[in-house]
Amino acid sequence: MHAFDFANPQSVPDAVGLLQKHGDRARVLAGGTDVIVQLREGRRSADLVVDIKEIPDVNVLSYSATTGAKIGAAVPCYRIYGNEEIAGAYPGIMDAASLVGGIAVQGRASLGGNLCNASPAADTIPTMIVHSAVCTVAGPSGTRQVAVEDFCTGPGRNVLESGEFLVAFDIPAPSANSGGFYLRFIPRNEMDIAVVGAGAYVVLNADKSKFESARIAVGAVAPTPLFVREAGEALAGQAVSDASIERACELARAAASPIDDMRGTADYRKHLTGVLTKRAIQGAVQRAKES
Amino acid sequence: MSSKVHVQARINGDDVEFLCEPRQSLLEVLRDVLGYTGTKEGCNNGNCGACSVILEGRLVNSCLVFGFEIQGKELQTIEGMGSPEELHPVQQQFLENAALQCGICTPGFIVSTKALLDKNPDPTEAEVRYWLAGNLCRCTGYDKIVRAVLDAAKAIKNS
Repeated sequence: MHAFDFANPQSVPDAVGLLQKHGDRARVLAGGTDVIVQLREGRRSADLVVDIKEIPDVNVLSYSATTGAKIGAAVPCYRIYGNEEIAGAYPGIMDAASLVGGIAVQGRASLGGNLCNASPAADTIPTMIVHSAVCTVAGPSGTRQVAVEDFCTGPGRNVLESGEFLVAFDIPAPSANSGGFYLRFIPRNEMDIAVVGAGAYVVLNADKSKFESARIAVGAVAPTPLFVREAGEALAGQAVSDASIERACELARAAASPIDDMRGTADYRKHLTGVLTKRAIQGAVQRAKES
Repeated sequence: MSSKVHVQARINGDDVEFLCEPRQSLLEVLRDVLGYTGTKEGCNNGNCGACSVILEGRLVNSCLVFGFEIQGKELQTIEGMGSPEELHPVQQQFLENAALQCGICTPGFIVSTKALLDKNPDPTEAEVRYWLAGNLCRCTGYDKIVRAVLDAAKAIKNS
């Protein structure tokens, strides 16, 4: 690993100042489970590593039934699934947070890091998309909000400009009669990278027979985690039925543009997109019915 | 060239001070700076768990932590778990179940098991297997390890 300096700023403005000064020669460190490997393997390089974990804003973890959750960008997975209020309100996010790496990785890895790393196969991004999570990004000209579905721009690339970093997520409180679900397919039982992942968030009507609205997102089938807006919109107003769910799955399959690689062929991934979207919607409906 | 960082931490209950380069991982610091060679380097990228340590009560891979990050923190390594005269119950059960062959993964498994049993003293076999999914062993086929962990849970409960 090339030599670098490190800094541990104590505030958002101090971090922005350092990132602005060093530009693309600076790297942000949160849990480090991706960036340390990338620095070691020479896939990224840095003159300055900026450890943001001492900044209070990136460690926030709070929930209110009216305003929803605020999750700091550096909060590790174990704190998220260990928080009973948040685990209860967002079971779809818990599904994903408890799938990232193994237990030791979950002791460090954060939702913010998973998003900034911008892997097409990242497990937590589809689930954050379906829950309409919004990022707060700090930079030289203040803060701005970016929807999670607009954050990734390609494999390993995101919307952050020089001097900017991801501070926290805001996630709206779940609606009445709603449910979220995320699942992925992997050849092992645990500790693997998704061949395909699918997340769903559904809101049902009062007697839970119809979809009021839905959001669907899939992973590992496009250059970025993919929000399939039309699949969710196709469910809105429809009865909860095999036919309506199948229609949404067809739209998700149509939106997928996967590649062949060591984890699966494009055809296989297309097929899995339909299967997993169906299971994600069914899982979300089940949770909505139990809510 | 970056300058070295002065770090103070508590390792296995002892106050420790060291100098390290910012680029040195906690694993490198433990092995090469401090001489805690019980923690092993396997894959060096977070897949194998041979370098497992317990940082502030949480199981982590020491290859995925920079040395400078443990400033002011509490760390437990395999060296803190037992002595040749008095093995930790997890170590004793690994021996009694012959849960190791070459042994390179063993310190990581034992540290990971301690973290599991500290949190969940009575795990099911499935819980043990999921918890240890981040520790790889290329010799044993895992069954003996899983039996050792379940027996260690019993031994600790009965002690």
